[in-house]
Amino acid sequence: MTAALPIPVPERTPETEPFWSATARGQLVLAHCDACGTVIWYPKTLCPACGATSISWVEASGHGSVYSFTVVHRAPGPFKDAVPFVIAYVELDEGPRVLTNIVGGSPDLIHIGQRMRVVFSDTGDGSALYRFEPIE
Amino acid sequence: MTIRGKAFIAGAHEHPRRELPDHSIPQIHAEVALGALADAGLSLADVDAYFCDSSNGFGPISMIEYLGLQPRYFESTETGGSSYLVHVGHAAAAIAAGRCQIALITMAGLARSRGMAAVARSTGSPEASFESTWGLSAVSAYALAAQRHMYEFGTTSAQLAEVKVAASLHAQHNPNALLPKVVTVQEVLDSPLISSPLHRLDCCVVTDGGGAVVVVSPEVARELERTTVKVLGQAEAVKHLDNGRIDLTYTGAATSGPLAFEDAQVRPGDVDYASIYDSFTITVIETIEDLGFCAKGDGGTYVLEGALVAPFGRLPFNTDGGGLCNNHPSNRGGITKIIEAVRQLRGEAHPAVQVPDCEIAVAHGTGGSIGTRMGSSTLILGREDA
Repeated sequence: MTAALPIPVPERTPETEPFWSATARGQLVLAHCDACGTVIWYPKTLCPACGATSISWVEASGHGSVYSFTVVHRAPGPFKDAVPFVIAYVELDEGPRVLTNIVGGSPDLIHIGQRMRVVFSDTGDGSALYRFEPIE
Repeated sequence: MTIRGKAFIAGAHEHPRRELPDHSIPQIHAEVALGALADAGLSLADVDAYFCDSSNGFGPISMIEYLGLQPRYFESTETGGSSYLVHVGHAAAAIAAGRCQIALITMAGLARSRGMAAVARSTGSPEASFESTWGLSAVSAYALAAQRHMYEFGTTSAQLAEVKVAASLHAQHNPNALLPKVVTVQEVLDSPLISSPLHRLDCCVVTDGGGAVVVVSPEVARELERTTVKVLGQAEAVKHLDNGRIDLTYTGAATSGPLAFEDAQVRPGDVDYASIYDSFTITVIETIEDLGFCAKGDGGTYVLEGALVAPFGRLPFNTDGGGLCNNHPSNRGGITKIIEAVRQLRGEAHPAVQVPDCEIAVAHGTGGSIGTRMGSSTLILGREDA
């Protein structure tokens, strides 16, 4: 019997607090550079493209496609009882390729290029993990 | 300024054991330090520069005290398994700048006895919360790269397996190898999937142990009786997420490789032997492409028909059995990459895998993960008279 995927609590910092508090409201927000418009990943307040330090948090579409994935059969720590499960890079429609889990579908059917939408796993700690499920 | 000919590797020593539950980590550092210095014909009192990583919660300050050194130059660049290949380049540059003459580089760890958790990277890095919450292991991160490489270039699991087969053909001649048994492509494919598309036998071994090398000035090298190895060039690079636009089909070798070859004033076609970092089979496929031994995407077909098998393959690699079969101490294989290249250039590899007339060697390290971010270092070495 496969256990449910664990929901580890992410560490929040003053810098990433707006990102994580948005996830608790069911929103995936991305930092956009106020100077050059670059969409920044992972969330931070420095634009790696131009060096500006003024950013705005903008809600993402929550849609993307699979850039790469792996079906995990042996996993560390609390994830070991949840195998098989899927880890993927999902390329958001806004550009960034984000590391995540794919849930809500058979691991055997996942393929590169497959369309995905964000779903949230509540950590119970004022944040939620952004995971993705296939768009039928 | 190139470092070509500005420094020589005079001593190299790999700890002969793969399980050391009766040792502390500093003890292993000390044993490999003494081994490498004895190999060079030098002693601890001769050392005036010291290099080690900081992966075990301590670095040069502690080890300089433990070893009783009084160096005037030290460094602890920490780029995972590639650290030691960076250290050699930095030692050569320091020697060229006149800051030191005899640099000792040591590496030690107890990943096998103490478990993977003992060597896990600490949290607190800016990316940690966005990557540590998905159940990601080292294998899974490399599996993501392998899956993408397969998608873009048609690389197959059987092609990846050829890398393991070549390593195992070499390991059978190494009495210290953790996995001295020759394996077949089918055995690799039949081993359990750990994280698709990577099987258990696509992975490196987990071992205790370590190694050390001694890098000296040309003046010191001339005075030593032992055959030395010339440092021809080195370069390093960090390849990272690139603001979330990561491309999983190449590694930091794509940057460090060409720079190192330029530094050394040699070309990939000049290389007689290659130590290629082999944490996983996919690491080798991507790295040989990035170093210019074949075109991007052609790594899978390049390794067919024994191309990596010594002594007569197109690119004899990892003749000690590599991280895949011999030794990957503390999940950091860089030091062993240098040591086997030194053996080849001295003509002291096992006779069954010694590359005839080996004059130019490359040793490449990848630290961190090709699935996220890595520190890469390419070191070009030559025979003493190269």
